[in-house]
Amino acid sequence: MNFLDLAPLAVVLPIFGAGAAFLVRRRIKLQRLITIGILCVTLLLEAGMLAAVWGGESYAVHIGGWQSPWGISLMVDGFSAFMLLISTLVSLAVLFYATSQGLADGDEPGPVSVFHPAYLILLAGVSNAFLAADLFNLYVGFEILLTASYVLLTLGATAERIRAGTTYVVVSVVSSVIFLMGIAMTYAATGTVNMADLAVKLPQLDQGPQLILHVLLLIAFGIKAAVFPLSLWLPDSYPTAPAPVTAVFAGLLTKVGVYAIVRTETLLFPGGAVNAGLLVVAALTMVIGILGAIAQTDFKRMLSFTLTSHIGYLIFGVAVGGELAIAATIYYVGHHIIVQTSLFMVAGLIERRAGSANVTRLGSLAKLSPALSLLFFIPAINLGGIPPFSGFLGKFGLLHAAAQDADALTWVVIAAGLLTSLLTLLAIIRVWARMFWRRAADAEIPNPDLVDEAAKVADQTAAGGAQAPHLGLKLARELESEALPWGMRYATGSLVVAGIALTVFAGPIFEFCQRVAAQLIAHEPYINAILSY
Amino acid sequence: MSVNITFLVITGVLLATGFYLVLERTLTRVLLGIMLLGNGVNLLILTAGGRKGAAPLFKPDLPADQYSDPLPQALILTAIVITFAVTAFLLAMIYRSWTLTSADVLADDTEDIKVSQSTAYDEEEDSPVAEDTTEFVDEEGRPIREGEE
Repeated sequence: MNFLDLAPLAVVLPIFGAGAAFLVRRRIKLQRLITIGILCVTLLLEAGMLAAVWGGESYAVHIGGWQSPWGISLMVDGFSAFMLLISTLVSLAVLFYATSQGLADGDEPGPVSVFHPAYLILLAGVSNAFLAADLFNLYVGFEILLTASYVLLTLGATAERIRAGTTYVVVSVVSSVIFLMGIAMTYAATGTVNMADLAVKLPQLDQGPQLILHVLLLIAFGIKAAVFPLSLWLPDSYPTAPAPVTAVFAGLLTKVGVYAIVRTETLLFPGGAVNAGLLVVAALTMVIGILGAIAQTDFKRMLSFTLTSHIGYLIFGVAVGGELAIAATIYYVGHHIIVQTSLFMVAGLIERRAGSANVTRLGSLAKLSPALSLLFFIPAINLGGIPPFSGFLGKFGLLHAAAQDADALTWVVIAAGLLTSLLTLLAIIRVWARMFWRRAADAEIPNPDLVDEAAKVADQTAAGGAQAPHLGLKLARELESEALPWGMRYATGSLVVAGIALTVFAGPIFEFCQRVAAQLIAHEPYINAILSY
Repeated sequence: MSVNITFLVITGVLLATGFYLVLERTLTRVLLGIMLLGNGVNLLILTAGGRKGAAPLFKPDLPADQYSDPLPQALILTAIVITFAVTAFLLAMIYRSWTLTSADVLADDTEDIKVSQSTAYDEEEDSPVAEDTTEFVDEEGRPIREGEE
């Protein structure tokens, strides 16, 4: 009995937790306790799993003891364990955030009590997709997380959420149909859906059928990962959801698509037959996404556009291929999950503090909300790729890997990557200057409450004079803690700290990513772990 | 592997009609499209299973190659359940949308329209500013420019 045989619990625990949480839906405190408890246990389990495969091991769990390739297998290797741990860590932080928000608002047992069960099911789906070692199980994982996300996106069923939800559901269903078509055709061509078995059998097919299967799967995953031109649904649907829901979606859902693309490109179709196409798509995703971000006035919409834009970097890394590029991609996925989620959490805090996340209505926040400014500033410049943060390290790794014997097209994409980084900084600084730096009275549509509070704080500072210059700051802190429950601030803060930790421990983490990349490119560890059973 | 051409043609028709309907703006048509897509793809999986054969229940005297392939049937069963759940959810959403807007079409995104109608001119960044050409001020704080006084 190996410790890693417990891997299915990463899926099973949240599913059972969801059932239990739904049963006690009238007792909101118990429900919260169950959800947080289950996530903590899952997190510990996954930390153990990552520790067990940290050195580069691959371990396959065969459900029900069926012989490979007929049974359902789950794969625990560095890549899946890393993704599992980060996704659970982020979901736990967001859950604290949501719980604290609910406590502050005094939530009643009502339709909203489906939040906790749906949240756990979402996490079970994400974990299942990461662990799946056959295409159909991957599809089931996608469906579990999508169905839960439909519920979470339309919580409360307001007109705006229903409108956004409809687009989201239809696009997701179409992508699932395309994925299923890919699975059906793969099965027709090879007679298997087991990924290790496919890795052996797919290269024996003719070029034509291989290319069709390859492109079908990439389109299906591309919609989920929000790769241009399949990304336009995302900025339309994400911003309308409640803040914690948007935060967890932004962190996890697109990355499951990216994870599937990395697996497809490294394991199933390692020849790099469509790499030139992927390079073009990556450049377009980056540039068009960030141009969209600059045009927005709503902070949440702007973040959604930067989200799709930075997926381009990940696709770029996959298209370049090679050990260094894949390692940088994995590192960048971790960075992007944490930073993007913390920024969406900050957006929720801003909305709560100032009544809106639209930059045309805001100002004076640096003076009024010092802690919030710090929570915004660190992940924001991290996203913009300012050294020494993880955003810089990830981008540097990607571009460095790409620049090694690059052809003309790759140089163009490198230029696009640099341009995108610069434009991200521009978008971030514009938001910073308007929401935090300018006076609230100078906003296009000034918010009277903010103007009032800013005047009070200024008065206090003036009254304190040279003897007590901190009086204004003290008042600002009081106003801030009144508006923002401590749980929400600390949950956001913990993710910001996690983002910094990714920078501080970049050495060992990047070495780990390189081991994982070598393992992904080598294939044999994956194939042997599954087919030897 | 021999393939049942009738199945393939039906699959093609179902998928083509389904994709066409999904592109409509009327929500009930989109729903019908999704149902057709689901059935079309299920038929495709069935076709992928290869030739027909005996039901995949073990009979001692039947050689292995006489059975039909059970795996696609298991996959279809899962896919049917998922399509069923999603269809039910969509139906509820369409009903809710109809209750809210009393229309069966997808509404526009208002924020999107606002962004698309906004001009490139930005009042805060692009408005002409009175340029200070001097850093020196007189006693009342008015700038002292060259050639004045």
